Amino acid sequence: MPLLEVKNLKTHFHTRDGIVRAVDGVSFPVEKGKTIGIVGESGSGKSVTCYSLLGLVPMPPGKIEGGSAIFDDTDLLKCHENDLCKIRGKRISMIFQDPMTSLNPYLRISTQITEPLRIHMGMDKKRAKKEAIEALREVGIPEPEKRVNMYPHEFSGGMRQRAMIAMALITKPEILIADEPTTALDVTVQKQILELIKSRQKELGTAVIFITHDLAVISEICDEVNVMYAGKIVERANSRELFSNPLHAYTRSLLQSIPATQLKGEKLFTISGLPPNLAKPIQGCAFRPRNQIGNSDECLTQSTPEFKELDSNHWVQNCPGCLT
Amino acid sequence: MRISLPTESELEKGSSLGRDAWARLRKNKLAMLSMCFIGLMLIICFIVAQLPFIDDPNEQNLENRFAPPSGDHIMGTDQLGRDLFSRILFGGQISMLVGFIATGVALLIGITYGAISGYAGGRTDAIMMRVVDTLYAIPFLVLVIVLKVVIAGPMEEQLKWMGRFANIVPLFFAIGALGWLTLARITRTQVMAIKEQEFVEAATSLGLSKMRILFRHIVPNTLGPAIVYATLTIPSFILFEASLSYLGVGIEAPNSSWGILIKEGADFLETQLYLLIIPGLFFSLTLFAFNFLGDGLRDALDVRASKD
Repeated sequence: MPLLEVKNLKTHFHTRDGIVRAVDGVSFPVEKGKTIGIVGESGSGKSVTCYSLLGLVPMPPGKIEGGSAIFDDTDLLKCHENDLCKIRGKRISMIFQDPMTSLNPYLRISTQITEPLRIHMGMDKKRAKKEAIEALREVGIPEPEKRVNMYPHEFSGGMRQRAMIAMALITKPEILIADEPTTALDVTVQKQILELIKSRQKELGTAVIFITHDLAVISEICDEVNVMYAGKIVERANSRELFSNPLHAYTRSLLQSIPATQLKGEKLFTISGLPPNLAKPIQGCAFRPRNQIGNSDECLTQSTPEFKELDSNHWVQNCPGCLT
Repeated sequence: MRISLPTESELEKGSSLGRDAWARLRKNKLAMLSMCFIGLMLIICFIVAQLPFIDDPNEQNLENRFAPPSGDHIMGTDQLGRDLFSRILFGGQISMLVGFIATGVALLIGITYGAISGYAGGRTDAIMMRVVDTLYAIPFLVLVIVLKVVIAGPMEEQLKWMGRFANIVPLFFAIGALGWLTLARITRTQVMAIKEQEFVEAATSLGLSKMRILFRHIVPNTLGPAIVYATLTIPSFILFEASLSYLGVGIEAPNSSWGILIKEGADFLETQLYLLIIPGLFFSLTLFAFNFLGDGLRDALDVRASKD
């Protein structure tokens, strides 16, 4: 049995322009100690998926319309706020995209890092601070004894993200959700942060849900990849299989639009058009209007394509136009 | 311009935004001067006034009425022969207390109310803010008088131990209990802006309770504007007490305040001008000082001009 089993998760936003189906029936398992990637372009629902798991979706306008997320016999989507408070930050924690805004500017790093220890473990101030210094050392912050007393604005972006990682991992959670943790960082720092997440994961045996739109990052760190489009998962396979044998037209288009895979001088392949407006109900295959690689004429127009296991452990949305 | 590098010990401590603001405030000469002046005023009114050589402010000496300033009475005496200097000191105590305590009460109510309203949002927020709007619409003066009577009656027994302050404490609370409206609005707006920030989400993801997030993570970030407003509120409350006293509904004998001294002095405007001028001078200089300090604080805490 997987550590966390997300089934048919639906998170909708009730806005003035109608109901935005940001996440519309997403299912995936998270196995102990494994890294699963969620990849997709902006607005495909990858962040909302994870926010829903931790109850971070602002309600209203957001609403979880259905589905379940079973973690250790508890349904994260339906359990009481107080029960959720005992899980998040302790057994499931999260790191955010922008380290510049994810730390409270008014509180010392020590205060913020020790907070999970103090509320979840009931640790006293002194011991928690010792742990915090250790945690900062483990994420590679030099002179942690001094740095721990500083304020976030005295840290650089990379250091802040390290501090965030230290904070998220200080309670040794079973699952770490990383929401584009490297997007806001310099390329050189990105690499270090990825290595850091990987090594900490190995030491602690934490499962990681890694959200990104960077395919290179996915290939480097993930065991299994979910490709999301328009609030749905269109393809899932283990990392090697997905990159060597992509089936869905969207995945293939994404892979083709990586600059490094193309010859110099050739025009860069891009996916034309925009992602569909999720406030309007989508009939048939959501990728049909942008499908250049497959045969858009054969795409389903009436019925929603089914998510099917075509190869062993290789799941894909079964739309004939997208698979050719 | 000389740039001073932080020393080793400063680095170790880490510099908070508050410390940065303090460093900026220290460069503002007018604000620092005002702060010293206020400090001096507090020392004079509360400590010097207790010294043995200061006359009893209520001791009358009808043979020595309207004595001009001299060695015996450095600021002269009033129409009942009371020493003006000691009356100013003891009056200052009341005026300052009104300013500080009423502002403290207003801060406490205003920040808590505004923070809850802003954080809750939705219908709770709408109802809470309509209450504020309603209170705004009622004339402040009338309300304070009514509230003062309401508080004063039932609390008379409990307040006996306070001695001569007993009959003015209700006034402090009455002013404070109504002065929080603007503070609540300021705090609410700030909280609404800050609760959308990512670090609040991050705090939620750490499993903190809503109360802890609100009062530990959000409210400290809103204190800057509230402190500035509060500093400017102190003089306005002192002034308000003065006008209440002037109307005869504020401080009662045997206490006095600067407002009462000015009112009494005004009766002898044509003959004994110093009875009006000297308390007036203390009063206005203190108000100036609070206003300058408030301005200085606003500049020092201005986030847009600060680093990072």
